[in-house]
Amino acid sequence: MNNGMTSPLEQHAGRLRTRMGGAFVGQRAVFRGHDLHAELGDMDWLALYTFGITGQRYTPAQIKVLHAIWVFTSYPDARIWNNRVAALAGSARSSGNLGVAAALAVSEAEIYGRGIDIRAAGFIQRARQALAAGEGVDACVREELKRHRAIAGYGRPIAAGDERIAPMLRLIEQQGLADGAHLQAALAVEKHLQDGRWRLRMNYAALAAALTADMGFTPRQHYQFTFPAFLAGMQPCYIEASEQPAGTLLPLACDNIAYEGPASRSWP
Amino acid sequence: MEQVRTSIWREEAEPTDRFATRSAHCRGYDVYGDLLGRARWVDMLWLLFREEAPTEAQAGLLEALAVALANAGPRDAAVHAAMCSGLGRSPAAAALMAALAVGAGRHGGAQEVAAAMTIWDSRAAPESVALWAAGWLAAAAPTSPIWPEADHPPGFEPNGVVTPGIVCDALQRLADIAGGPRLRWLAAQRPEIEATVGLPLAMSGVAAAALGDLGFTPEQGEMLHLLLRLPGAAAHALEQRAGSYKDFPFFALDLQDDPLKETA
Repeated sequence: MNNGMTSPLEQHAGRLRTRMGGAFVGQRAVFRGHDLHAELGDMDWLALYTFGITGQRYTPAQIKVLHAIWVFTSYPDARIWNNRVAALAGSARSSGNLGVAAALAVSEAEIYGRGIDIRAAGFIQRARQALAAGEGVDACVREELKRHRAIAGYGRPIAAGDERIAPMLRLIEQQGLADGAHLQAALAVEKHLQDGRWRLRMNYAALAAALTADMGFTPRQHYQFTFPAFLAGMQPCYIEASEQPAGTLLPLACDNIAYEGPASRSWP
Repeated sequence: MEQVRTSIWREEAEPTDRFATRSAHCRGYDVYGDLLGRARWVDMLWLLFREEAPTEAQAGLLEALAVALANAGPRDAAVHAAMCSGLGRSPAAAALMAALAVGAGRHGGAQEVAAAMTIWDSRAAPESVALWAAGWLAAAAPTSPIWPEADHPPGFEPNGVVTPGIVCDALQRLADIAGGPRLRWLAAQRPEIEATVGLPLAMSGVAAAALGDLGFTPEQGEMLHLLLRLPGAAAHALEQRAGSYKDFPFFALDLQDDPLKETA
């Protein structure tokens, strides 16, 4: 087939067309329409990072909360699966960048991390819309359970409670950011789940998603924002493992493997 | 017009769309019109890295090495990392990224293989085990400061107290199949070499000898070692993905500086 058509790739060939920025190496750099060094040079790094994602500026109180979203979930425990990748890289004497970059890639899991973040953000925004329309959250909850058999942002693998909730609620109270409609929707969902038969508590993913939604983040912007959320906890895992004797992190012996496959046989 | 230079791959465009490939050629061979269905996967792999097609013996040894390296097993750090990805249901690519990152290093990984190949290249015809081992022990520094010190001679297992049977079997089988000077010498002298170095041989040492005998450079060997170890990582990641994280070891925590303990 051809039908006299020209490839749509032709109009994109040979140049990068962008509104996001460019590097005029040796002269200047442009970041989302601003001269990086002249106009944005004194910006807080996280403020620049979020500006890069959403194109919006945030108040000092909002930036403080955005910082805290990362701080409160920085756990340097090498047993946690994504952190374990960074630590195993250190133990296997791989490079720090490779180990931590892979650990960040692994953080895009379906049962925690980015896979939950983006689903939680979508769910919280649907719950807020339902409340705003005077519908209550029950239909939203049932629909989410029907689609995923779980509600992203409620309940938690490994543990029942979430130690990150109380300090974050205290912080947003202090910063005057505790009245947002998405946060109220997240709390309303938790109350609904507690009052019903589900007995699920809100976890940090729902709280963080509600807070950024109240700042105007879309679910995908929230997902991009949380990309480095576990990063601060990963570096110590890599460093300690790389300083221990090589290959000694969580070694598994042959009898640690429980084989459940076919019995020994010969290759035909 | 901007152009990518390559001596590996040539594509002829469809006459009506320069973004559609009519035929693709690897080192001059028509991939879809000639190789496909006739060349083995290892032939294609070889051809991507080398200018000429492999001999039967070379292809046989590379294929045997690929079988040896296909799965390091769930105890291996790179496979362990891939399983950590699988059990959390991270994307498939994350499992392979984890396996690649952890399997890239200087302990059992691709950097170790490259380091061993580099030393082999400087002494392809060992005069004696003692001379060979002396040179080997003196040449273990990383090529770039991004890699941590390995603290052991490449190709040997610093935590080993015995040579694993699978390493002995792999070495002997590869040497028997189409071994070149490195594999044959290593297989013949292994006990004496290990006694002189003070450590048992590791699978990375066998891989380095095989890749060197096949004529690959250390950089090619590093890349092939990364590639050839991925199948097992992928399979074990998928197996864990289908199970529950509750069935996977989480281990005990022995926290040395717990502030709660210190204030208690």
